[in-house]
Amino acid sequence: MADLSINFAGIRSPNPFWLASAPPSNSGMQVHRAFEAGWGGAVWKTIGPPVLNVSNRYGAWHYGGQKMLAINNVELISDRPLEINLREIAEVKRAWPDRAVIASAMVESKPETWHDMIRRIQDTGADGIELNYGCPHGMSERGMGSAVGQVPEYCEQITGWVMEVAKIPVIVKLTPNISDIVMPARAAVAAGADALSLINTINSIIGVDLETLEITPNIGGKGGHGGYAGPAVKPIALNMLAALGKDSVVGGSRLPISGMGGISTWRDAAEFLLLGASSLQVCTAVMHYGFRIVEDLCDGLSNWMDEKGFAGISDVVSRSLYRVSDFNNFDLSFQAVARIDQQKCIRCNLCYVACNDAAHQCIDLIAKDGTVVEPQSYDIQSNGKEQAISTRPSVHVREEDCVGCRLCYNVCPVEDCIRMIEEPSGRPSITWGQLSESQRDVTEDWEKMKKYREKMGIDIH
Amino acid sequence: MTDIPQSAARTNALDELLPPLTRNEAAVEAARCLMCYDAPCTHACPTHIDIPKFIKKIATENLRGSARTILESNLLGATCARVCPVQELCEGACVLGAEHKPIAIGRLQRHAMDFVYDNRIEMFQPAKSTSHKVAIIGAGPAGLSCGGELAKRGHSVTLFEKRDLAGGLSTYGIISLREPIEVALAEVAMLEKLGVKLKSGKELGVDITFAELQTNFEAVFLGVGLGATPALGIPGEDHIIDGLEYIEQSKLAARNLAVGRDVVVVGAGNTAIDCATIAKRLGASQVTMVYRRTEKEMTAYPHEYDFIKREGVNFLFLTQPVQLHSENGTVRSLECLRMSLGPVDASGRPSPQPISGSEFLVMADQVVKAIGQQKPSLASQLKLKTEKGFIQVTADFETSLPGIYAGGDCIRARGAASTVMAVQDGKLAARSIHERLVARG
Repeated sequence: MADLSINFAGIRSPNPFWLASAPPSNSGMQVHRAFEAGWGGAVWKTIGPPVLNVSNRYGAWHYGGQKMLAINNVELISDRPLEINLREIAEVKRAWPDRAVIASAMVESKPETWHDMIRRIQDTGADGIELNYGCPHGMSERGMGSAVGQVPEYCEQITGWVMEVAKIPVIVKLTPNISDIVMPARAAVAAGADALSLINTINSIIGVDLETLEITPNIGGKGGHGGYAGPAVKPIALNMLAALGKDSVVGGSRLPISGMGGISTWRDAAEFLLLGASSLQVCTAVMHYGFRIVEDLCDGLSNWMDEKGFAGISDVVSRSLYRVSDFNNFDLSFQAVARIDQQKCIRCNLCYVACNDAAHQCIDLIAKDGTVVEPQSYDIQSNGKEQAISTRPSVHVREEDCVGCRLCYNVCPVEDCIRMIEEPSGRPSITWGQLSESQRDVTEDWEKMKKYREKMGIDIH
Repeated sequence: MTDIPQSAARTNALDELLPPLTRNEAAVEAARCLMCYDAPCTHACPTHIDIPKFIKKIATENLRGSARTILESNLLGATCARVCPVQELCEGACVLGAEHKPIAIGRLQRHAMDFVYDNRIEMFQPAKSTSHKVAIIGAGPAGLSCGGELAKRGHSVTLFEKRDLAGGLSTYGIISLREPIEVALAEVAMLEKLGVKLKSGKELGVDITFAELQTNFEAVFLGVGLGATPALGIPGEDHIIDGLEYIEQSKLAARNLAVGRDVVVVGAGNTAIDCATIAKRLGASQVTMVYRRTEKEMTAYPHEYDFIKREGVNFLFLTQPVQLHSENGTVRSLECLRMSLGPVDASGRPSPQPISGSEFLVMADQVVKAIGQQKPSLASQLKLKTEKGFIQVTADFETSLPGIYAGGDCIRARGAASTVMAVQDGKLAARSIHERLVARG
């Protein structure tokens, strides 16, 4: 059995799954229940200055019958009094010494206010502090949250104030609402933070109600940008996570990163680990299904690690990070082509229409007699399941014309029906970076490019 | 249960079997559709409704567009959504059928159609009126489809129907459990709004002569269906009830329908199954279907056979009635002979051969026959060329008389007769007639 326990910048927990700072970690009662369900830790819902909330608070994006592919919210930091939150943090930590209890905080940008808050958190016995530089709504308008996270200088300055008094690990939580995530991360490193976490929610408007023409969610006839989270944001989070790991300063600092943004299953969790996260935070999936999901997060991850021969979480962390690169370093001679398994194919022809309308026109419809046919080429008088099924053409890839774009693979509804086969191109390996260095004219002049293609036997139909 | 009045219980017993999909059920089912390209369901549908298109419109909550997609290919979409043998057509061809459950295309179509009829939406406006006049004989699915398509194109359409109500078998011959009569009548009303002039109670050769038709109309479409149920030719035949009349009464006046305690249904086609269903649901304690061949040769759709077995109906295969026994006008039993299968006959099936001396009695107080319908008699009246007794038509649905077209069950010399096939005939015939009229200027 794989060992799921982690030591994250000195914060220990029996598994890497923490509740993210959000509605599920709003009270001691909730965190108690989460720990009973098996969560390894919890980042308390952000505590700070007094607030008042509005309703409605949550909007959601549903697609194709699937509820809540994403959620957005305009809920603020905890609207429960600071004293109560601090007391409950202390109670929970006393009751659960083996779990990670981390207080998330944001206050007005004054050194003495931050010092006071950090000291009060430390008095609770919490294991760590997460600085909320990410909240994109409500608090940012008051100069907190993402208003800090979006300006690396503020980020560095405030983290510096925190580090002056911090005796427990400090995690800086980053906002994705910035053009280069690396900048605020470097600022946190420069200020001496112990760890990073990302991503906070993304600025968004979830939609407009087509009946009332109101913004969703409707707040007394108005609505506005809120924080976007859930399964739909995972690819954005993975990219930002990898960007930190690949950066010489941030990656080089070896600060641990707590990953979050759309983690719903153990599979998502494993991907975050592989790209460099060493603790994992979850919110939307809990908001959808409750605390019970932690069971399969742990069970699935543990089974996968056993299958792969990974003894502990540290064996997984960053394991795929070295593969993350940029276009300049990709091998232009690597060639993959699509191949359709005719036994598995159910003849939905989605690959055909995708390739034909939106890609590179290299899938044919082949009739029973071997001829290429057009769609809808059946006799209008024919009908019935026998005729429809028996005369239906099959889909075939002209591999010599396939550019290996992988669109057909992506649209195919059948598992393992279309595979991308690596086909040796016969050309020596070369990257765009190498080409622009060794034969710059080829990369700048279409005529030269034409000649290069001819010479290399690159035919683009 | 005993305090439920008989009439109420009877009405409920034949209520439409499948409930309508809720909005959410329809959304979930529509989302499951893969939206195949050049989809096999569309090919399998005799009217070639663009099924993925109408289903995706349900998914996007564009129900008006969904219904329009259906009606553009099939004006009787509400009837077909209920009576089509979808297992043999669209759903049978669904690519999800092999490993999963096919999409519930019929029920989704009904969802879109119910939206139109519940909201009284007039989907089509007729084109600018032309001066051309067309007569349609028979207001069954073929005639309605043909008439509607021609009215849409602006032609003046007069629809002659010998019965009181239009709709043909949809109105009179399909049990309420599959299609309530209101659905068929709503479709008729929709087509009347489109401009089809319905003259009911007008029979060709009785109330109106063929010569009059030829004088007053530029083209005629015959959608006359088939004739009466043929005689079994056995003693006691007088006491045998015609299956189509049995069904008709169950639709129009269920509370007055006399249903026996031990009912025997002769035949094993879809109509026979409907008769057995009525008997079982309206109080018969025992219903037995009698068929001279075996279950392999029966013409009922496999899903209908499965259905009736679940209803608790008994079967006597390889059994042929030879005489009905009655006392003082009360049916007592049906005498039958055992059969065996012999060489293949003209129908392409093994012929049943009587086993002599194998007579036996089946106790019955009611016997219903549903053994097919006679060929259209109009063909000989009008001296039309026929094929196996059915009216012969060209690829354009024109009969041997120029300008006289035909479609539906009366031309179905090959293949299984069905509502949706009749709708397609009417639609294609309308195209041919339109071209003819336009060519004439």
